[in-house]
Amino acid sequence: MHLWYSLVDLLLPFKWMQYAFMKNALLGVLLVTPIFGLLGTMIVNNKMAFFSDSLGHSALTGIAIGVILGNTFPLLHITPIWSMMAFSVLITIAILVVKEANTASTDTIIGVFSSSAVALGLVILTRNGGFNKYSGYLIGDFLSISPSDLLILGIVFVLVILLWVLIFNKLLLSSMNQSLARSRGIRVKQYEYLFAILMAVIVTISIQWVGILIISSLLVIPAASSRNIAKNMRQYHIYSVLIALISGLSGLILSYFWGTATGATIVLITSGFFALTFVMKLRLGQL
Amino acid sequence: MKHSKCINSECKTCECNLCCTKINNFGVKRGGIEILKDVNLHIHCGDLTAVIGPNGAGKSTLLKAILGEISHTGELQFLDANNGTTKPSMGYVPQKLDLDSTSPTSVLDLFAAAHTNLPIWFTYPKKIRERVRESLALTHGEHLINKRLGELSGGELQRVLLALALDPVPHLLLLDEPVSGIDQKGLELFYQTVSMLRKNYDLSIILVSHDLNLVAEYADRVAFVNNRTIECCGTPQEVFTNEKVIQTFGLDWSNHFQMVEKDRVANALMV
Repeated sequence: MHLWYSLVDLLLPFKWMQYAFMKNALLGVLLVTPIFGLLGTMIVNNKMAFFSDSLGHSALTGIAIGVILGNTFPLLHITPIWSMMAFSVLITIAILVVKEANTASTDTIIGVFSSSAVALGLVILTRNGGFNKYSGYLIGDFLSISPSDLLILGIVFVLVILLWVLIFNKLLLSSMNQSLARSRGIRVKQYEYLFAILMAVIVTISIQWVGILIISSLLVIPAASSRNIAKNMRQYHIYSVLIALISGLSGLILSYFWGTATGATIVLITSGFFALTFVMKLRLGQL
Repeated sequence: MKHSKCINSECKTCECNLCCTKINNFGVKRGGIEILKDVNLHIHCGDLTAVIGPNGAGKSTLLKAILGEISHTGELQFLDANNGTTKPSMGYVPQKLDLDSTSPTSVLDLFAAAHTNLPIWFTYPKKIRERVRESLALTHGEHLINKRLGELSGGELQRVLLALALDPVPHLLLLDEPVSGIDQKGLELFYQTVSMLRKNYDLSIILVSHDLNLVAEYADRVAFVNNRTIECCGTPQEVFTNEKVIQTFGLDWSNHFQMVEKDRVANALMV
């Protein structure tokens, strides 16, 4: 961490950058936003925006379960993040399994699971009238990132990039036509689960900083903006990651000066990018 | 050597890996409902077998079951020239792709994703562009390489998907023709290409089709799927004069077919 601190001092000798929490947040933004830009491309391609939204919501239940476990077994020191992650992965698998049964549309299934999860979480968390304690999760707080959080984030960052290198091509083919992918020897289901679980993990990890309410926007909007102007997969990814990064950095700085929630500020800037690329698309016609 | 039971006279050597595809007592159940039952079909290499039938009869399901995507009951055997079972490579041309027209996926992206493990969002392998151009040339689609999949017309997309299915050349080619969206000229070009391939590569081809005229012209064998099974199977001549087929597609069409067929025979005799 010392290396990072002195590097920031050297490169960004501004008054607002001298605080340790800003330096931590800066590193956090640099790690989180590219992942979101990257994963978002596939989420938008597969029309999974609603799915990522429901993942964010189910995190609430994860927190609630963590609170119960923490109260029942105080010696285990269970932090909400692990229960959140376990619950998100569980609900992801549940959604995929029920979806496979093919009895209702995917939208309906996700809707049912997501609202049930939120309801369960609210029931548990409001039991003794103490919901206010947890409302911080709704908005998130980027400035509270600690060095140990950054370590986890760094590991996840490397893991996501590695997986994305390994599975992307197969995932793309599966998303376009399952039978076609199968005819080329791709185990479609395996990749579908892997991607969904990856999404669950990344959403859960970042939720305490970005906030439940807007986490899926951060996944969807950079990719959606990039889609307005990209002509192939490479451009799609480059623009998406760039938009996420630029929004992340400028959002962090602006939120510091305005005294606003960082996650929300970042999302607002990505929306600006969407508007911009949308106009570009209209101006330039069908690219 | 020639397969002992191979009845295809055009296939002289049977040196291809896949000689016979045998389907016996084949059935598919989904969600407790029988979609296909008692299907029997025998396909030889070099044969173009067209599967026809009313909508929802189970034609696409048959292809997916052969691909191994859906489980089935009964027998599905692939035999090589020496009567041993083999595991053939399959090419599949789907009816459509699940992607909206704004998707930034180019034709090159599609091929690169299928051929390489290098993530296409990062870089393309050096020689891929040349290879893709060559495969596309086979189906007259070289000029489409940099286009987005969403921009292509129905016929263009079908040719791109056919080129993809043929790289590498499979033993068994399964084609699921779209119900609509392809103009007549594009469709004829498609049939010509498929027909040419069969002759050059000794492929077994199963084609789900909706255009009876083209089937009559190009298919070696026709399988008529109706009421969850193959009701009738044989040469186009046999199938199109079958009563059940006439009932399904209408008498007018059958009469038309027989007239055209007579003309063809007459022409052949004159020559």
